[in-house]
Amino acid sequence: MLNELLDAAPFFLRGAGTSLLYTATGAVAALVISFIFGLMSMSPSIWVRGTVRVVVEFFRGTSLVIQLLWIFYVLPELGIRFEPLAAATIALGLNFGAYGAEVVRGAVNAVPKAQWEATVSLGLGKVHRMRRIILPQAIPEMIPPFGNLLIQMLKSSSLLFLIAVTELTYQVNQLRTDIGSLPAFITALIVYFVIAQGLIAFMRLWEKRAAAKVGRRPKPVDVTMQGTMAVPSGGAG
Amino acid sequence: MTWRWDYARDVLPDLLVAFLQFTLGITLAAGVIAVVLGLVLALGRRSDNAWVSRPTFWLIEFIRSTPIPIQLFFVYFGLASAGIRLSALVTGILVLGVHYACYMAEVYRAGIDAIPKGQWEACTALSLSPQRTWRAVILPQVVRRIVPSAGNQIIALFKETPFLIVVGVGEMVYVAQQFGSATFRFTEPLTIAGLIFLAASYPTSVLMRRLEARLAQ
Repeated sequence: MLNELLDAAPFFLRGAGTSLLYTATGAVAALVISFIFGLMSMSPSIWVRGTVRVVVEFFRGTSLVIQLLWIFYVLPELGIRFEPLAAATIALGLNFGAYGAEVVRGAVNAVPKAQWEATVSLGLGKVHRMRRIILPQAIPEMIPPFGNLLIQMLKSSSLLFLIAVTELTYQVNQLRTDIGSLPAFITALIVYFVIAQGLIAFMRLWEKRAAAKVGRRPKPVDVTMQGTMAVPSGGAG
Repeated sequence: MTWRWDYARDVLPDLLVAFLQFTLGITLAAGVIAVVLGLVLALGRRSDNAWVSRPTFWLIEFIRSTPIPIQLFFVYFGLASAGIRLSALVTGILVLGVHYACYMAEVYRAGIDAIPKGQWEACTALSLSPQRTWRAVILPQVVRRIVPSAGNQIIALFKETPFLIVVGVGEMVYVAQQFGSATFRFTEPLTIAGLIFLAASYPTSVLMRRLEARLAQ
C-alpha cells in the first residue's frame, strides 16, 4: 500500500497544485468583487445600493453548486462559453464576493465615527479619505473573516471536478481504483487539512502585519471561526 | 435560444417534490444532528480533562477544514471498502450533520463564553450542582443568544445540500441535472432550481437578521 501511495504522490501534488491555483484565482476575483460591492453598498444613491443589494442577495441565496452548473451548462446554451478556469473563477468570485461585500461593509462601518469627522474637518477628498484613513483601519478587521472565506473557498474548490477541472478531488477519484478508496480519501483529507492549516497561518501573519501598520495588536481571534471571537471563559460551574 | 414554458412546466413538479422531500428533509435531519452533536462537541471542548478537550479540538478543526465532497467520498466509498456500507442518503445526512456540528460547536462556545461571569458565581454561591447550573441557568441563556447564528448555520447547511450530488443523492439539483442531461436543455431546470433555493433561503436569512437586530438591542 505504501508503494502505491508513493507512486500516486505526483498525482496528489498535481491535484493539490490545481486546487490551490483555482482557490487563488477565485480568491483574487472574490476580493475585487467584495470591495466593489462592499463600497457600492455604502453609496449615497439608493439605486446603486438597491442594485448591489439584489445582486448580493441573489448570489448568497442560491447555492454555489447551482451557480457553478449554471455557468457551465446554461450559459453555453445562451451562446456564452467559458473555459473551466474562467467558469470556476467567475462562480467562486461572485459567490464569495457576495459574502465578502458584507465583510467590507461591516469593517468600514466599524471605523469610529470620529475618524470620518476628522477627515472631513481636514478637508480630505472622498478617494483620499478612503484610501489613506478609513481603509487602512478597516482592513485589519476584514482579515479574519476573509480568512474564513478563504478556507471555505478551498473547500468549495473540491466541487470543481463537477465542471471537469482536474483538481485534487478529481485526481483522487481517478486514483481510488489503484490505491484503494480508504487510503486515497484519507490522504486527500490530510492534504486538504495541511493546505488549510497553511492558509490559516498565512492569514494570521497577514493580520498581524496589517494591524501593526495602524499601531494595533491583533485580537486573539481564531481565523477559522465564523466571526466568533475567542474570549477567556468565565470559570467552571 | 428561448425559454420554453412547456418544458419549465414539465420539470417544475418533479423539482418541487425533490426539494420538499430531499432538500428540506436532508436539511432537517442533518440540522438535528448538528444541533445535538454540536452541543456535545462544545462541552467536550470545554472539558477540564485534557484527554477529552484536546482531541475534541482537533477533531473539530480537522472536519471543519476539509471539504464536504471528500468527506462524502470517504464515508461512501472508503468506509464501504472497509465493510461499513451506508446508502448515499444516509451518508449525506451524516456527513452534513457532523460537518455542521463542528460549526455549531463554535456557535455554542461563543454563546457560552458570552454568559457574564456573575452568572457562574451566582450558581456557585447558591451551591447549585454542575448539572443544575448548566441546565437551569447557563444553557437557557445560551440558547436565546445563539438563535440567529445557529439559524445562519442551518441556512448554510441548506445551501450545501446540493453537494450531495457527488454521491448521487436525488435532491433537487441532482434531479435538475438529470433533466438537463436527458434533454440537453439545462436552462429551465437549473434556473428553476436556483429560484426555488432563493425563494426559500432569502426570507429565512432576512428573519435571522431581524432576530439578530432584536437581540442586539
